[in-house]
Formats: sequence, structure tokens, C-alpha cells
Amino acid sequence: MKMTGAEIIINLLERQGIETIAGIPGGANLPLYDALGRSGIRHILTRHEQGAGFIAQGIARVSGRPAVFFATSGPGATNTLTAIADAKLDSIPIICITGQVPLSMIGTDAFQEVDTYGLSVPITKYNFLVRSAEDLLDIIPAAFRIAASGRPGPVVIDVPKDVQTAEVEFDEWPELGVREPGTELIPNQVKRAAAMINRAEKPILYLGGGVIQSGSADFARELAEKGGIPAAMTLMGLGIMPSGHPLNIGMLGMHAARYTNMALEECDLLVAVGVRFDDRATGKVPEFCPKAKIVHMDIDPSELDKIKTANASVTGDVADSLRALLPLVEEKARTEWKAGIQALREAHPMIVPEADDPASPYGVILKAAELAGRDAVVCTDVGQHQMRTAQVYPFSAPRSWLTSGGLGTMGFGMPAALGASLAAPDRPVLCFTGDGSIMMNIQDLATAMEYDIPIKIILTNNNALGLVRQQQDLFYGKRYTASEYSRSVDFLKIAEGFGIKTHDLGTSDDPARTLAEALAEPGPSLIHVPVGVEEAVYPMVPPGAANSEMIGGEKHV
Amino acid sequence: MCKHTVIELSVRNHPGVMSHICGLFARRAYNVEGIACMPVNGGGTSKIWLLVDADRRLDQMIKQVDKLQDVLDVERYDGGHEVFTKMSEFVQ
Ligand SMILES: Cc1ncc(C[n+]2csc(CCOP(=O)(O)OP(=O)(O)O)c2C)c(N)n1
Ligand SMILES: [Mg+2]
Repeated sequence: MKMTGAEIIINLLERQGIETIAGIPGGANLPLYDALGRSGIRHILTRHEQGAGFIAQGIARVSGRPAVFFATSGPGATNTLTAIADAKLDSIPIICITGQVPLSMIGTDAFQEVDTYGLSVPITKYNFLVRSAEDLLDIIPAAFRIAASGRPGPVVIDVPKDVQTAEVEFDEWPELGVREPGTELIPNQVKRAAAMINRAEKPILYLGGGVIQSGSADFARELAEKGGIPAAMTLMGLGIMPSGHPLNIGMLGMHAARYTNMALEECDLLVAVGVRFDDRATGKVPEFCPKAKIVHMDIDPSELDKIKTANASVTGDVADSLRALLPLVEEKARTEWKAGIQALREAHPMIVPEADDPASPYGVILKAAELAGRDAVVCTDVGQHQMRTAQVYPFSAPRSWLTSGGLGTMGFGMPAALGASLAAPDRPVLCFTGDGSIMMNIQDLATAMEYDIPIKIILTNNNALGLVRQQQDLFYGKRYTASEYSRSVDFLKIAEGFGIKTHDLGTSDDPARTLAEALAEPGPSLIHVPVGVEEAVYPMVPPGAANSEMIGGEKHV
Repeated sequence: MCKHTVIELSVRNHPGVMSHICGLFARRAYNVEGIACMPVNGGGTSKIWLLVDADRRLDQMIKQVDKLQDVLDVERYDGGHEVFTKMSEFVQ
């Protein structure tokens, strides 16, 4: 066979099963676009490369498989960086293919030359600067293998223009790049973990994104049920235990319900699975689960003992670890412990203000959940609206909750929702956003309109950077520097200008009905919900404080 | 003064390897006191020796280095390594 580098890339992507690629063309990746135009892959032309990156993330988070996006050299490449860094912190397998100036011009400050390789070193799992078209036959499958194997993560492939146009003769296509099986478990590690669980009187499961990545939510639930072990989840782990499950004690950490953090104070064993002891989850580390021994299971050895030294650790894919652990865990009711937690839950429940008002900050989340049904994919931006959604949305399945956990990137929500909808066109997709966050990628409303991607954007508008303002309220003497907007924009007109259908719950006499109509209509819609700037998200653990020092959210105040 | 230790790495030999390894240390403000690198096996792989402080973050650093795609093997010489004994003659 004889093909150009660009044709090799596109062919290999098709062979990998890639159906949709978001991106923006430019001088340095035109050969790639030319080959793309002659392929069966659907291209989504975004209005900013960061949007393309978050679309790829949306696809990858929902499907569990690597997704690809394109950008040109220079500004195209620098615009991708936030979405790539975001994928690194949340371990999302995306592959960014950038154009680069021709090999002979690298290092000359050529037009739109930037050191994409150097810029992407600290924010990727791995990166390539391709030196010959022939190398693509190894590099493209390797990128898929690396992105998907072990702890997943982003990969950048920087392809100089002359590498895209160079012709190569080759005999056969390389093997596909697929996820490698996890390393063998060490049986003694599993036995030791099981023995600790069996001995514990007050164990708690602490479940995170790794459980979702490894597709082992069912095993985690079985472990909880067999051992009578209550389970708390991280922000990234929401959806592992269905809401309403008696052993589900909700999200832990900075915005957890009081009873959840209080239960963790009491536990004598913390069984940490696919988690990394992030400070937003643990609070002040030395005071996290002060009475507990720790069992830590993770695929990434560098996470074990990184923040907290475990009494027993199991290295390996947590799906393998949980599968091996289950038969060794004794069936126990742990009635007393569960009753203790139930008492905490009743005394210190999650307080949801105005839950019944569909035009209130929490109420709109609950109403939208009820209307969208159990099959919905839920995306958020970053801020109070995100924390509220995490606190109260009744999640029922893994891979249905897309939020920027590690990097906390405003602007994530809407394009990620576009990706989710492209990957799962039959599922309703909700995007909870704020007036600050949506502005960070508002340009891609045009993409939603152009491709008629039916995302439902629920914008709670407090005309403020609410979560920042809340910190100033609590910890900076109510000095609201730079967190309130002095004037406001008209989001309804903006969305209309983008050709998006709009609804305003603020002026509707029947907000529940308006919301229902918006969710039922075809195509993308924006639902505007004016909310008070004073409405804070409680409880809240002050940054740096122990999780026992929660502010607000008490039952009787 | 901090005790030093030597980490010996086998790595795939290509232009980006050094930047990946040095970046790991730089980002964590972990000083690398000495560095030596030589190709082996006809240049397909290289050996890199790093002279580093043996502070309490070292175990985590070694795990992070080991995680790099291009790093094939990591060994640790707490008693030092000849490479640096010889090199130090050049800076006497
Ligand atoms: C890109 C980016 N810049 C700044 C921040 C810091 N930050 C965190 S939350 C927040 C306010 C978000 O405002 P909005 O989207 O309106 O949400 P609200 O809290 O008002 O619901 C800011 C500025 C961030 N997380 N991401
Ligand atoms: Mg706001």
C-alpha cells in the first residue's frame, strides 16, 4: 500500500472505531483535514479548540473508550491545553492530534510554531512528536494503547505538516491499540485486605473514579451488600451506588452531607477503592478518618501511600481486585454499625432548601432529574450549581455523571454535554451551568445549534461567581472583590442569537411545566433560572480544615 | 545536609526522554544534584543516573519515574554510584 501520513492517520483512526472527531482546521493540519473529508468519520467543527477537547472528553467519559480531537499548530495547540490538563487530572483517555510546522522549520520560530511537545509534557500521560510518516504506523496504535491502559489519560500526537504529506509504502496495517490487561494481582495483598475487612466492625467503602473507569461498579455494590458495608463516593465516583440504596451514604468531603463526614469520623476501617485521597475529599489529611485503618486498592502504584499510608494495599485493576476480594469477604449484616449510621443520617441529613420549588437552585435540579428519567446523562460546569447537583441529583448508574473533578474547569460543562450527546444520542443529556462558567465556552452554543445536538442547558444565574463569592462571604469578611458582576447580560437573547431555544423559569407562571416542555422539545434548549446571589451551598468544610469542621447545613437552623 | 542517593534508569532513547524525567523532578521542586546519561545496546536504550537528595519524598518520586512510559527499569543505589565518584573528579 502507498499512502500519505495524513491518510495513514485517518485510516488508523477508522480502524480504531473512531466515528466522531471534533476540531478546527488551520494551515498546519490541512493535509489531515483533507484526508478526513474523504473518510467516513463525522467531523464536528467547534468554535474553539478547548470546546473540541471537552467534546472528546464527553465522548470518552460516556463511552469509556478513547476519543480523538484535532487542532492546528500554534494557537490551535495552546487552546487545547486546558482540556488536556483536565483529562489528565480526571484520568480520561483522549487523544489530541495537532498539526505542527514542517520538520525542517521546527525551532526557527516559524509562523504558528509553538513547542507543543514541551507544553504538553506535564499535562499528558504521554506525548509524541512524529518524525516520519512511517512512525505513524506505530504511534497511532500506541497512543490508543497508552490512553486506555492502566490508569487512563490523555495523549498528544504532534504531526509536522511534511509528515502528513509524505508518502509511505507499507505491507500491512498494524494491530489495533487496545487496553492492556492489568498486572497480576498479588494474592497475599488481596487476602490481607479481606482479613482486615472481615475483622472490622465499622468499615466504610470510599469509592472513586477508578471504580467507574474499570467498569466495576457492580462489584463495588456487591462488596457493600455482602459485607454490610456503607459506601461513600467521591465527586468522581457518583453513580457507583444508585441513589436510594440503603448502603449509599452519598458524597464525602467539602460539600458532603453532615452525616456522611460524621460516619467517616467513626469508621474503624476505610476501604479506599479507585481513589486518590484528594484534598477536597479528605479535608485536613491527618484528621481524616482518625480512628480508621486503611485498605487502599488502585491500579496506579504511585497513588498508594502517596497521601495516607495504607495498612494494606492492593495494586491492580480494581475490577480484578474486587473480583478476587469478593469471595474472601465474609457475609455480614453489621446491623449495629448500619443502625448507627442510620441514626446519624436521621439526625444530620442532607438539608435541601426549597426542594419543592422547581425555580429554586436545588429544586430545579430535582425537577429536571424527575423529568429526564433514570437514563439521563448529567453534566455540570464548576461552581455552586455543580456542588448542588453533586449533592442532590439522584444518580442511578455509572458513566452518567460528567464533571470536571480534579482541575475544576469552568467551561467544561456545555461542550462535554455535546460530546455526551454525540456518544449517546438516545439518552437525554442535561447540563447544569452557571452564568460565569457558561461564558467560558459559550461560543460552542453555535456548535450545538449547527449540528442540532439536543442538550438541555439549565443555567442558574446569580450574576456572580457564586462559589468564589461564598468563600469571600465565609472566610474573607464578606469583601466580595471581583466575584459579583456589576451589570448583567441577557442570556436569553444570547442563546437566541445562537439559534438555541430558550425558556425562562423566572418569568414563567408554571416553572415545572416550562421545564417539562423544554426537556421534551427536540434540539438544544437553554433554561434560564434566576437565583439569589446569597444562596450558599452547605454544608461546607473550610479549605484546609478537617472534615469535622463543617459550616451550615444543620437540621434545625 | 541531606544524604544523597543514586537512581539508575533504563529508558527508551529518544529526544523527549530527558524532558519527561527532569520535568517530574522540577515540578515537585525536587533537586537533581547530578545527572549522567549514556546510550546502550547500540542506542536503542539509554542509562541515566540521577544523583538526588534522599528525602522522604523519594519513594513517591521513584514511583512517579517508574510510571513514565519511556522508563523500562529503575534501580536505587543508596550507597552512591561510581559514575558520580568519577565525574566529581572533573569538578574538583
Ligand atoms: C477556568 C476557571 N477559572 C476560575 C475558576 C475559579 N472558580 C471556581 S467556581 C467559580 C465561579 C463559577 O461561577 P458560576 O459558573 O456562575 O457558578 P456559581 O458558583 O455562581 O453557581 C470560579 C471563578 C475556575 N474554577 N475555573
Ligand atoms: Mg454564577
